[in-house]
Amino acid sequence: MAEFSTSTKDVGEVSIIYLRGYLDAHTAPALENTFSNLIEKGKYMTVVNFKELAYISSAGLGVFMAFIEKMRENNGDIKLSSMNDKVFNIFDLLGFPLLYEIYKTEDEAVNKFIESKNLEK
Amino acid sequence: MKQLTNLSSLRILKNKKFKIEEKELIVKSRTENLSEIRQFVSSGAILIGMPVNIIDNIILAVDEACTNIIKHAYKYFPEGEIIIRLKFSSEKFTVIIIDHGVPFKPETVPDPDLQRYYRQHRVGGLGMFLMKSLMDEVKYVSVPGKYNQVLLSKKLTVTH
Repeated sequence: MAEFSTSTKDVGEVSIIYLRGYLDAHTAPALENTFSNLIEKGKYMTVVNFKELAYISSAGLGVFMAFIEKMRENNGDIKLSSMNDKVFNIFDLLGFPLLYEIYKTEDEAVNKFIESKNLEK
Repeated sequence: MKQLTNLSSLRILKNKKFKIEEKELIVKSRTENLSEIRQFVSSGAILIGMPVNIIDNIILAVDEACTNIIKHAYKYFPEGEIIIRLKFSSEKFTVIIIDHGVPFKPETVPDPDLQRYYRQHRVGGLGMFLMKSLMDEVKYVSVPGKYNQVLLSKKLTVTH
């Protein structure tokens, strides 16, 4: 039973993580692995696309807390995109919009990385 | 706390006198059972016509309570028992969750502090915060050596 899965795609230097299904205490380790693999490859600029995510509990939210600082320390970030209202409300309730950039679309999130890269040049 | 009269995994008990219906699910303390628990709560709440957004909140609150039980009461011991009982009355929908693990002291859990979690790379207490935010009532009872109980309830609001 595939109740949760992730897939990744590279857009230039930015890695997109697509989430599908139900992210809870049982499935959170799969997302941890996805982040760990990106870090191993030295990929710190990540956009997480929530479009196909049906459900998230605090165990899932914890994964983003576990990796955010590591990404930022390496001039990267975890930017979030394409959440449905139900998932966004949970992030919002816990105050996550203060810590994470959340965008309506994946493209907007990717462009933010490109813009900040261009500013550095 | 009344003695459990029946330990079958799922049955409906009717109490005509008080017009209360109950449903019960018993599962082992494993995270793989969280999806079954959510399904069980959802099917019960749908029966009494709860609005979908409220059902979503109740499901999340119950998931958080059960996740805490698996992690903290049973410390990932996979053979513990979690009993989830749904009660329907005309005023409210109540979920009672019982375990026989380590007693829990809710007053020792501080409110979440995201800035602190950011520094520590971890979170704690988010589940309890969500339960309190999403439900009308969250009550803990622990009888050490016997059982722990979490009661979550949501009022039924009549809309015309």
